[in-house]
Amino acid sequence: MEHDPTDPIHQFQINRIVPIRIGDWDFSFTNSALFMVLTVAITAAFLYYTTRGRGLVPSRGQSVTELTYEFTANMLRDAAGPAGMRFFPFVFSIFMFVLVANLLGMFPYFFTVTSHLIVTFALAMLVIGVVIVYGLMKHGLHWFKLFVPPDVPAMLLPLVVLIEIVSFISRPVSLSVRLFANMLAGHITLKVFAGFVFSLGTLGALGILGAILPLLMVVALTALEFLVAALQAYVFAVLTCMYLNDAIHPGH
Amino acid sequence: MFVTEAFAQDGETTAHQPADAAASAHGETIHADRAHEPGFPPFNPEFYPSQLLWLAITFGVFYWLLKTVIMPRIGGILENRRDRIALDLEAAERMRSDADEAKAAYEQELAEARSRAHSIAHEAKESAREDAEAERKRLDGELDEKLDAAQARIAEVKRSALSEVDGIARDVTDTILREVASIEASQDEIAGAVAEAGR
Repeated sequence: MEHDPTDPIHQFQINRIVPIRIGDWDFSFTNSALFMVLTVAITAAFLYYTTRGRGLVPSRGQSVTELTYEFTANMLRDAAGPAGMRFFPFVFSIFMFVLVANLLGMFPYFFTVTSHLIVTFALAMLVIGVVIVYGLMKHGLHWFKLFVPPDVPAMLLPLVVLIEIVSFISRPVSLSVRLFANMLAGHITLKVFAGFVFSLGTLGALGILGAILPLLMVVALTALEFLVAALQAYVFAVLTCMYLNDAIHPGH
Repeated sequence: MFVTEAFAQDGETTAHQPADAAASAHGETIHADRAHEPGFPPFNPEFYPSQLLWLAITFGVFYWLLKTVIMPRIGGILENRRDRIALDLEAAERMRSDADEAKAAYEQELAEARSRAHSIAHEAKESAREDAEAERKRLDGELDEKLDAAQARIAEVKRSALSEVDGIARDVTDTILREVASIEASQDEIAGAVAEAGR
């Protein structure tokens, strides 16, 4: 690897592992795809393996699985009501995928799938797509009442509707950018401080002494990044639930 | 926007165009990619189709797996547990009501036994009282009879004694008349006088 070891951007580099080209499109199996596959495989294997005993009294692993399951179920039920439970597999998939992808990214030398805007944007568009399609299927044109809040003076109505539409359109953007930016910024910060440690460490005895401070910083930031990884997955899932609520109950 | 800025700043690499698949197919993929790096990787559209495709495949498989295999499994476990707990609670409730019933039955039996004991004691007392009463009456009757007999005998004795008093009085009168007054009186006259005096 002939790259500057302190380059904080290098970790986001995508490499082709198995080049695949169909027509003009490059569908290569990359390190990003590899970590998507790993995310799915690890999560599914964990969930499947821990529930193998189907214990009445859960084992430790089964407890983790059950807690995550019920946590997500409660989150969805609180946000979207009992009618929202039809989206439970969808929300649970999104939550687990984002959570495990974020946490996998915390391993050194691992690729963070969610640090690429296109991935988070695709997930956000999937959520908004489900909201729009289900909303129109369930409520037909009445669903557009979502943009017309009740009890608004007729004079203000065009303005309010415009604001509502803009806010709806900005949802996938904010949803995807929030996750992407958090993961990206966190990983860059970690790498920058780790780069300080490396650079100072190569400067001799005094440098090693000076490297202690950024090293402590890296340790603290690592803990923070674990928090951010879990928190952003939670935020993504909660917002998904709230947007799905709009599809089910378009009235404000 | 970011991509073009990155291009502009990265003067040395702008000469290189994004790597084509043929170039990157070689062994030094990383090196080749590095050399052709067109700025900030997350905004590099070169890999957008690949990322989208693989995300669709992996997430689709993940969703399908969770929906059809894993979540029914976890849901089944939780359902099982809920059912089991509900059943256990029901059984506990049933046992408690059984216990309550048994206790009520026991208390009723106890009360019955107590009242039976009461009545037995009462009967015994009653019969004892009756026996005593009968005995007392019998004794009373006997005593009355004895009293009557005694009184009859007393009356007899009295009557015979009184009749003897008359004779004694006649003898005494006769004797007195003869010894003191030397009067000879007939028995009939004496008896008449005595009867006159006794009246």
